[in-house]
Amino acid sequence: MAHPLHIGAAIDGAGSHPAAHRSTPAAPYELFTAAHYAHSARLAERATLDYVTLDDSFAAPGRPGVPGRPDALLTLAALAPVTSGIGLVPTVTTTHTEPFHVSKGIASLDHASRGRAGWLVEVSDTEDDARLVGRRPVAPAEELWNEAGAVVDAASALWDSWEDGAEIRDVATGRFIDRDRLHYVDHEYVRREDARPEDGPHAEDTGWTVRGPSITPRPPQGHPVVFVRADTDDRLRTAARYADAVLIRARTPERAAQRRAEVHRAVRGAGRDPGQVRVLADLGIVLDRDRRIAEERSARLDALVPGDGAPETGARGTGISGAKPSAPSRPAATFAGTPRDLAREIEAWSEAVDGLTLRPAVLPVDLERFAADTVPLLKEAGILRTARTADTLRGNLGLRRPANRHAPTARTAPTAPASEGAPR
Amino acid sequence: MSASDRRTGRRIRLAAHFPGVNNTTVWADPRSHSQIGFGSFAHLARTAERGGFDYLFLAEGLRLREHRGRIHDLDVMGRPDTLTVLAALSAVTEHLGLAGTLSATYNEPYEISRQIATLDHLSGGRAAWNVVTSSDAFTGENFRRGGYLDHADRYERAESFLRAARAFWDSWDTDALSPHTGTRGTARPGAVHPVSHRDRFFDIAGNATVPRPPQGHPVIIQAGDSPRGRDLAAAQADVVFSRHGGLEEGREFYADVKARLPAHGRDEDDLLIMPAATLVLGDTEEEAAERARHIRYQQVSGATAIQFVEQVWGRDLSDHDPEGPFPTVEPDLDTVVTQGKAAARFHDRAAKAREWRDLAEAEGLSLRELVVRVSARQTFVGTPRTVADTLVEHVETRACDGFVLVPHLTPGGLDEFVDRVVPLLRERGALRTEYEGATLRENLGLRPRPAPDRGATREPSGAGEPTPVPGP
Repeated sequence: MAHPLHIGAAIDGAGSHPAAHRSTPAAPYELFTAAHYAHSARLAERATLDYVTLDDSFAAPGRPGVPGRPDALLTLAALAPVTSGIGLVPTVTTTHTEPFHVSKGIASLDHASRGRAGWLVEVSDTEDDARLVGRRPVAPAEELWNEAGAVVDAASALWDSWEDGAEIRDVATGRFIDRDRLHYVDHEYVRREDARPEDGPHAEDTGWTVRGPSITPRPPQGHPVVFVRADTDDRLRTAARYADAVLIRARTPERAAQRRAEVHRAVRGAGRDPGQVRVLADLGIVLDRDRRIAEERSARLDALVPGDGAPETGARGTGISGAKPSAPSRPAATFAGTPRDLAREIEAWSEAVDGLTLRPAVLPVDLERFAADTVPLLKEAGILRTARTADTLRGNLGLRRPANRHAPTARTAPTAPASEGAPR
Repeated sequence: MSASDRRTGRRIRLAAHFPGVNNTTVWADPRSHSQIGFGSFAHLARTAERGGFDYLFLAEGLRLREHRGRIHDLDVMGRPDTLTVLAALSAVTEHLGLAGTLSATYNEPYEISRQIATLDHLSGGRAAWNVVTSSDAFTGENFRRGGYLDHADRYERAESFLRAARAFWDSWDTDALSPHTGTRGTARPGAVHPVSHRDRFFDIAGNATVPRPPQGHPVIIQAGDSPRGRDLAAAQADVVFSRHGGLEEGREFYADVKARLPAHGRDEDDLLIMPAATLVLGDTEEEAAERARHIRYQQVSGATAIQFVEQVWGRDLSDHDPEGPFPTVEPDLDTVVTQGKAAARFHDRAAKAREWRDLAEAEGLSLRELVVRVSARQTFVGTPRTVADTLVEHVETRACDGFVLVPHLTPGGLDEFVDRVVPLLRERGALRTEYEGATLRENLGLRPRPAPDRGATREPSGAGEPTPVPGP
């Protein structure tokens, strides 16, 4: 039996194809409702996929279609009560946000979903993003990704700032918490020493500190699962140090296998165990009952994209509307064909990577076809599990629950404890 | 209930405050459950919706409190992120407003406006924002900005912050995404207007990425109490979260704040005043009083009593027996022992120390008894009938427009109120039996927030756009 893959789905707006808005049955306002995203998330959940991702940025995505999108963390939070097994992985940026808010936001998604939260770490690297906040100019990618690493570091320190079991409710002594099990973080990030007054009203913003502890107790997973897209060297450095799941783009399984080896080298170089890191490749999908029709659909969608070219399925910022591309895009694989052929294609990736993030070209249609017709074949072939193995995203990805850095003994529990809940 | 009662009577507005991170919330009770688990939030929200409440309210505290240099450990502690919980609650409720406190000091206008607009879309028009400001360097240690804000700048910056947020909410035409020939799946050309907001606090420019919220502007709550805060509320807020729950002080506050409205082109119904209130019910007045007393002693444990007095005394009193006599040692008025939310609430500590000592001596009260006596007591204690009468009296006599009810138990603290008092309020037509409107703004009886008039260049809008009326 083949090795089961970890499969997730991107459930962004009208779909991952830059021309998805021309083809989706969803009306534009629906892209701001919970129902639209809940439909895709439930499809993914019933198909026993591991996670869904939802992209985000402050400025509009540089692509045609609706010039906006809802806040990803809040949208996935609205899905937490109406799903029960699927991992919820919003993009949350680190450049113009507060590390303290980001940390408790992700932790709270983990509490609300009882251990199903992930975090796709992104930076804000466009002039448009910077002007919307107006606190600092655009910075080079290297600096932004260094800071993103520092934000992940601060966030996870805040997650650990409450030891498991810090809430003791000891009626005899009147103590609700054991404050010896709460910890200051005192995380410091120095961005630059050379701020000048002409840098604007907040020239004093040369970096940041976080005192801690968090106001939110440790999340059920200990640390929600950190995803980083590693398409550039700057991103790879941060991914190697901090990511549990590394997203890659590659045209073929062979190239993906090479990239996975590079990721593993970088992870080892950062002193971590590659066995505790999942490497997941993007795969765009355009499905139809007939291969020729699927290919025609794919070509029609491509032809609708203004400019010269091949769509970067899943790439943030295609250069349209003057937005600066987020990263030199590595081309991702896109599959156009029948659900049956897709099952064979996915099998071909199963030795190259630990899993795939499917990027349905048009939502919800390509995800519906995948769920209805590809999933049974994948299950039959043992490439997709038939039932979830754990209650948490971390558990389903086969990742250990991290011990708290402050715990007296570095014990690791295989799964998260059940989230404490009130009746009902 | 008769139809005429309903017409002449004033409707009572109700909000459910999730139990706070303070000693009002009793955790040492077998019925007390998690402050963090989503099930607790869902329980309170569903109870409130069952009771026809207008909204659920989440407070915010961005740093754990400290006492004598250590993290305060006697009260419930810890809470999830306000917006994340409200977004999740939108999935388990249909009509209930979802209100949260969010600091205008430790956030940026663009991000907050986008998050609240998202919440308003996800909930179909049920978002509300309690705008608070802070200049507290202690909390600032958790944030990039730190505590740099001058006290005097707080309101000015908050006003600027709110103007910026409103500009983003107003920047998409109401029908920007309606289907248009040739622009399938995207915005109508010219329907998204760039925002530019520049002053000594902010330098912001760009396009919002979330359409105009279903409510136009989500409901704005304000809790300022100073003259400046009252003016800000009169100019900008839809609801005042007041601290004046008593009948007389409530009437004074109500008259004062509502008198400030005409200067801003608004009238009495454009701003609702809702004080916080706690209540205890019993089958008889005596039983209610006994239950109230029991809860007060649950709220004020011996250890809590000592820490409470230490806040005024400014020194370690841990060698005192809480059940024993009130301290005779002199207070150290130069030392502040408590930091964080709920700190520094005693302005004249010397006077407070004298007052407590005299009271304890005159009535022979132990340290703990004294604290039970002088710290916050329940606002309303009685049978369901008398409590319902009192609530209605407050609203009828314009001491307030309604209440933010603060239960002492998580998550079932309002169950009894909804089971026993709500039916009485409904019987007399003081409380809705079903939700009238689609949005929180409509349910609160507030006028729609008109889309900005952008002059003649704009095409006639589609159906469903609110009629423009003068507003804040």
